[in-house]
Amino acid sequence: MTLASVDPVHRSRRNSGYDVERVRADFPILSRKVHGRPLVYLDSAASAQKPRAVIDTMSRFMEEDYANIHRGVHFLSQRSTDAFEAARAKVARFLNAAKADEIVFTRNATESINLVAQSWGRKNLGPGDEIVLTELEHHANIVPWQMLRAEKGFEIRVAPIDDTGQIRLDETAKLIGPRTKLVAISHMSNALGTILPVREIVRMAHAQGAVVLVDGCQAAVHKQVDVQSLDADFYAFSGHKLYGPSGIGVLYGKYALLEAMPPYQGGGDMIDRVTFARTTFKEPPHRFEAGTPAIVEAIGLAAAIDYLADLSPVLVADHEDEVLAYATERLSAIDGVTIHGTAAEKGAIISFTMAGAHAHDIATILDQQGVAVRAGHHCAHPLMDRLGVTATARASFALYSTKAEADALVEAVGQVKRIFKL
Amino acid sequence: MNDLRDLYQEVILDHGKSPRNFGHPDGANRTAHGHNAMCGDTIDVFLTVDADGKIEDAAFEGQGCAISVASASMMTEMLKGRTQADAHHLFETMHALCTGHEDEADLADLDEDTADRMQILAGVRQYPMRVKCATLAWHTMDKAMNEKAKEDISV
Repeated sequence: MTLASVDPVHRSRRNSGYDVERVRADFPILSRKVHGRPLVYLDSAASAQKPRAVIDTMSRFMEEDYANIHRGVHFLSQRSTDAFEAARAKVARFLNAAKADEIVFTRNATESINLVAQSWGRKNLGPGDEIVLTELEHHANIVPWQMLRAEKGFEIRVAPIDDTGQIRLDETAKLIGPRTKLVAISHMSNALGTILPVREIVRMAHAQGAVVLVDGCQAAVHKQVDVQSLDADFYAFSGHKLYGPSGIGVLYGKYALLEAMPPYQGGGDMIDRVTFARTTFKEPPHRFEAGTPAIVEAIGLAAAIDYLADLSPVLVADHEDEVLAYATERLSAIDGVTIHGTAAEKGAIISFTMAGAHAHDIATILDQQGVAVRAGHHCAHPLMDRLGVTATARASFALYSTKAEADALVEAVGQVKRIFKL
Repeated sequence: MNDLRDLYQEVILDHGKSPRNFGHPDGANRTAHGHNAMCGDTIDVFLTVDADGKIEDAAFEGQGCAISVASASMMTEMLKGRTQADAHHLFETMHALCTGHEDEADLADLDEDTADRMQILAGVRQYPMRVKCATLAWHTMDKAMNEKAKEDISV
């Protein structure tokens, strides 16, 4: 239960449309200044800021209910176990998973993908097999597969994107065949904002008997994800991008798949019975959660999910789309600015370059005006190579972003032009 | 905005936009490749060192921000005519200046123009996330010198 859901004043204003200023008041950090200027935080795609409800829930849990989970008989251990498992059930509802046991808690989405690679992949991939990735994947959905390929000798095929940054479904269809065992794709590109037609790709993959892993780090924040409707076999996301704490990630897996997978790490909490001769393991999801998990963080993630639900995902999505459209229009009107990623289906991310100014110079100058953006390769070297750039500046928007912040971005970009005499 | 004007001084913008000694001279006999994993900047430094250990020519190729390109460009200008020992001294001075260890930077032996240029580049120390942009070329130059030196020893 969050503060939001017990405060009647707080609740009633949610029903009367989207008041972004009231939402901003829920995020303590947004009132701070940077270099003497009001913070304009446009780096939520890297990590989102945290609402008071998340901060307070975590503090209160540590002050009142904290103990280790699953093994203790005492009162606090029971309280903690209940809260931790309630968080799992909340995540399951958030993704519309069939049951809570399909939710594995990890450290982050990267670990979720590595879990699938090292457990499912190690068991199911070998010479002669193929997996399909896309050109716009984050390194987290490339490197684990390359590491496994070096050991197992399967082939990695790469689905290309078009010039708008959208995946080419016709080419993807050609790559997915009878030897394809896995298709691992982003739901939404962290570098371009492109939202991929996951349902269509899942259909293609399943028609060939391949399993689909979806990297949902960005999409879980901006889209209402329904893993059953998508028919995804695995779905990974991180808590910290979803206004929750860092250190907690999620792997959704269809139960039948999880059940057939060997453990990923060994240790306490994942075993059924240990002798020196033989050890048996727990059923999923506990089989994949060796050692004490991020208990407080899981509960913080549940509070973030409550917070989002209370705001109404539909209103949030509409608000973000409006800010994205406004910022896109204003930025693209600036002479010398190129926006990378113009797909029709896009989430709240604008990647851009400027003729005559490198992304890092842009980011430094913006920062001096309080505007926080990301500059670099966004952990997507192959995508940067495809775009023909070494780096882009990326402004990403969240449920607390405003049009006034888009104006501040545009003003700061003007300062780049003045300093560089462009 | 005063701070930014200190970083992006006219000479930086000029070298960033129109780098000097950009290219791969045929006679280069000491080279090294450097890159900044954080931002993807890359550089190749090409030095032509004569039999007495004097740098006859210095050039570079690469991609990067205004700071890294300007630093490389200004470095190649400063290196020409110096000995290997001088070049290493310049590297150490530059590194000390950029990382906030001014007390360890020995500018006494440098001519005024070189000292001024190094101070301008060292303006980056106000921006810790950008220090590597300014020092990448210098690290790469030092590597070029040392790697060749090892070969010399093995010969």
